[in-house]
Amino acid sequence: MSIDWTSYCASGLHDELIGPGGGARVAGRALIRHLSELGSEELGVRQQAAELAIKVMGVTFTVYHEQDGSIDRAWPLDIIPRIITSREWNRIAAGLKQRVAALNHFINDVYHAQRIVKDGVFPHHVIASSKNFRPNCVGISPPQGCWAHICGSDLVRDKDGTVYVLEDNLRVPSGVSYMIENRQVVKRVLPELFENTAILPVDDYPSQLHEMLVALSPRCERLPEVVVLTPGIYNSAYFEHSYLARQMGCELVEGRDLAVHDDDCVYMQTIHGWTRVDVIYRRIDDDFLDPESFRADSTLGVPGLMRAWAKGNVALANAPGAGVADDKLVYTYVPDMIRYYLDEDPILPNVPSWRCAEPEQLEHVLHHLDSLVVKPVDGSGGYGMLMGPTASQRERNQFATQLKAAPRNFIAQPVITLSTVPTFVDDRIEPRHVDLRPFILSGPKTYVTTGGLTRVALREGSLVVNSSQGGGSKDTWIVDMEA
Amino acid sequence: MLSRVAENVYWLARYLERAENTARLVNVNANLLLDLPPEYRPGWLALIDITGSRELFDAREKRAEERDVVHFLIADLDNPGSILSAVRSARENARILRDVLPNEVWEHMNELFMEIKEKLPAALSKRTRFHFLQRIIRGMQTLTGELEGTMSRNDAFTLLMLGRNLERADMTSRIIDVRSAQLLPEDAPEFGAFETIQWLNLLKSLSGYQMYRLSQRTRVSRSAVLEFVLRDLQFPRACQFCLKEVEHFLRALPRSAGVLGSVGGARSFLDNATPATLDQAGLHELIDRLQLHIIVVHDGIAQTYFPPRAAASGQSQVQFSSEERQKRPLFADVPSI
Repeated sequence: MSIDWTSYCASGLHDELIGPGGGARVAGRALIRHLSELGSEELGVRQQAAELAIKVMGVTFTVYHEQDGSIDRAWPLDIIPRIITSREWNRIAAGLKQRVAALNHFINDVYHAQRIVKDGVFPHHVIASSKNFRPNCVGISPPQGCWAHICGSDLVRDKDGTVYVLEDNLRVPSGVSYMIENRQVVKRVLPELFENTAILPVDDYPSQLHEMLVALSPRCERLPEVVVLTPGIYNSAYFEHSYLARQMGCELVEGRDLAVHDDDCVYMQTIHGWTRVDVIYRRIDDDFLDPESFRADSTLGVPGLMRAWAKGNVALANAPGAGVADDKLVYTYVPDMIRYYLDEDPILPNVPSWRCAEPEQLEHVLHHLDSLVVKPVDGSGGYGMLMGPTASQRERNQFATQLKAAPRNFIAQPVITLSTVPTFVDDRIEPRHVDLRPFILSGPKTYVTTGGLTRVALREGSLVVNSSQGGGSKDTWIVDMEA
Repeated sequence: MLSRVAENVYWLARYLERAENTARLVNVNANLLLDLPPEYRPGWLALIDITGSRELFDAREKRAEERDVVHFLIADLDNPGSILSAVRSARENARILRDVLPNEVWEHMNELFMEIKEKLPAALSKRTRFHFLQRIIRGMQTLTGELEGTMSRNDAFTLLMLGRNLERADMTSRIIDVRSAQLLPEDAPEFGAFETIQWLNLLKSLSGYQMYRLSQRTRVSRSAVLEFVLRDLQFPRACQFCLKEVEHFLRALPRSAGVLGSVGGARSFLDNATPATLDQAGLHELIDRLQLHIIVVHDGIAQTYFPPRAAASGQSQVQFSSEERQKRPLFADVPSI
């Protein structure tokens, strides 16, 4: 049965593949034609093949479940890709590089002279009240002055086609392994398309990451020992930790494998005895990194790690304290940072935001709760938000109380109607909302992934794309139309 | 290689080998029973003793009949020695080892685990059981081949070989023990023909019949079979061969002098043993002592290469009370994950 695109209804939305008139956008033409030729039945067969491949490859993510503890779930992938032209992508990538450069300037400044505060561009109280500002990082100069080596920024496209940055994840952003695995699977199940389209490859990331990590080593004279530090098998992103270690040929270590010895260097316990470690790609939050410096009850970390890092005996990526910029209130200042540090105009806009920390803006938010999204500044995973338009009056009232009690903890934004992509749901193709998380590596050079991880809200009308809340994913194609 | 990872690799190999050998154990017993005259069929309980799980079996109020025993050995997830448990533990270990193992091995193991779970009902029906177990044996053999064919000869490979060969020596000795537990009356010459069939079955359960014929060039007899499965240096499932392999691979590891001493002890114990002259009780005693040697080797490996055990997780260690003909339980201390 062939696919009837006339019944595909994306009116009032911006669809990434289908234009306003119901015809395919230029970048999606070959794909739409191919899908129509396959028909929905065959598409169903391919979708099943993809799901089987994911099961067999063991691509999983872990969900916490109150009753059963943590459960390994097969990674949800919808086989219809999301397509962006390389022309548009080049502009986005330049915008991301610019943004991350400014963020790194900012973090380094925050832990040193705080010029940006003295020059009146950034208020001191925001730093003073930041949960992720780490006083023990003050005065420390990590290699290359770089703090956020790995950044995952979330992009969304609004109804009018504008691409906004929604947030920057500078602590332990995850998802990049799924980006690569999605491509592997889609190549298996839709091979015909790859033969005739110039789809840029994505699998360069692990070697770029490794190169960036190696360059951080405090001992340049030899091949450095790089390790990936994971909280362990029950972490939701364990699959990714293991995946990246495997792709880079590094040891995947847990805190209990490491120790800081009397010489303030970090060692790992191997069958040969204790071996020095030079660079740690840590996937553990600051709080749990070192019980001597942060949370004393952490069993995931390594006692003395901060001491070793501060002395420059080991490199940590991302650097401790980088999370100070991973705060949605700080986010609202990123365009200012770009102008201040780089003397450039921002290429990518922020979503317009109200700072509840500022009384007159809080006032506005409180009066417009029914049309705004209110987000906790340190939240992730889509938890703890108020979706004003769909919330009940009771929920809005409760949230207003929270807002007045702790305004620093919230920002508000208009509802962005995320763009849609045709998605295979219950044997039909329907529009579903998506976002996009590209990853940016900062080192001697800056690298942006080709595209990123497209997350899709599988429920009709839903804007929540988080995989912990029923979101799925798509392969993301950057297509060179000039090729 | 990390000590913690070394422990996982070692246990992965042991669990894979265990799943395969438990499948062999069930198949050999079923064949044996079919070949014996009805009045001498000793039943299934012996398998429970041999895998050292009598206590657990009794606690679960199971009956000593085929259905219950087979279910317990194949599909019971509360029995750490069951095939399903072993395969699950192997997969859990492999999950931790995804950065160490070739991807194809992981994919295959995952497939096998899903297949075994799916086809479990076939394992419990007499008619389809043989094929189910055969499939497991073949699957495990394929995994073994994939590891051999795709893994670099690095530390991880060495630890795999240590785990595999030690478990194999242990399980071969347990399979021999099935025979000593299920002996026919020794003063019954009319059973001579059955006697031969049983030893032949034992060889077949280890896939060793052909190799036996090639190396021994004599008819199947108790003494020659015992000599072959315990002390042969060419057959890969013979105890002495496995210990020789353990010795060989240990030499590739640093700091192995102490453990090599223990392996030497085990090897000379087998060198000096005279299984052919022993009666069944004596043979059982010999196998008990061999298993103690294997445990000493295991402990040496663990102390030298694995992370020190946290006090809390030192559960289910081995009991050394071998006077009562109670078997030691299969090692079931799952490495801390």
